[in-house]
Amino acid sequence: MVGRFNVGDTVSVRRAFPPGHVRTPYFIRGRQGVVKEVVGDFANPEELAYGRDGLPAQTLYRIQFRQADVWPDYDGAEVDTAMVDLYDNWLEPVAGDSR
Amino acid sequence: MTDHHHDHAHGHDHGHSHPKQPDLEDQPITYYKVMTEALAELLVEKGVFSADELRGQMEQQDSRSPVFGAKLIARAWSDPAFKERLIADVNGAAAELDIDAGDIPIRGLENTANVHNVVVCTLCSCYPRSLIGLPPDWYKSRSYRSRTVREPRKVLAEFGTEMPDDVEVRVHDSTADLRFLVIPQRPAGTEAMSEDELAALVTRDSMIGVSIAKTPGAAG
Repeated sequence: MVGRFNVGDTVSVRRAFPPGHVRTPYFIRGRQGVVKEVVGDFANPEELAYGRDGLPAQTLYRIQFRQADVWPDYDGAEVDTAMVDLYDNWLEPVAGDSR
Repeated sequence: MTDHHHDHAHGHDHGHSHPKQPDLEDQPITYYKVMTEALAELLVEKGVFSADELRGQMEQQDSRSPVFGAKLIARAWSDPAFKERLIADVNGAAAELDIDAGDIPIRGLENTANVHNVVVCTLCSCYPRSLIGLPPDWYKSRSYRSRTVREPRKVLAEFGTEMPDDVEVRVHDSTADLRFLVIPQRPAGTEAMSEDELAALVTRDSMIGVSIAKTPGAAG
């Protein structure tokens, strides 16, 4: 599949809690970040985990989040960030993003 | 050692017995240990691989050590063009030095005066084993996995690494199809050093990002 997002896009991580093998960490669900890299297409781990072929492949992105956005009471520095690798099926466009 | 209540010098014939060191078999056998052994036995029995291939794979895993990663970092410090290649594609850069970094793509994360990178896998224990060996137990612990994303500066401080507030602490959660190797900053006073000497300053922890490279001449 062709990834829906480009470097620089603001994206939102789906706030979903499906059962099974999922690679999207809880702490980042529902948060907004910015695409830093479009890594490429990978077999979907949520399918691979059950012995299926993982197709269609999912585009993987490296997404950067401001820690202050991730944790409302974050007590590190304002400049701190978290980079999380997320698959296309977990991301949604953010309305008003100028891409 | 805190269980000892000696008030005498600790030598031979010191008049009390220590608890027996438990044998490996005295550890509790967990569900997953049983399943792992059963699976391995079945795969060997069915001829998917041989017992010798299984042994060889374990030996190969155990033979990986931070020496490989340190060589890459030392080369990157000495050769800016190599550093750029290492950042983009660690596996390809490693192959230039005849180091097999494996099939999982690894990215280099360069520490600078403005950014300090630290790696965690919040879901499990993903780690660039081919270049720095098996992960230490703390890397796999729930506290490291949860606290490194939640309060990275406190975790770093517990490892003896204090970061000023104007340096961005960038936590990389290694939960998908990439692995990460931190490229520590080259320490001051190392301008005249050879690659071998530089490699000796690069530690496992500095390539995870919980620490920085050693300073020449410093203890440890």
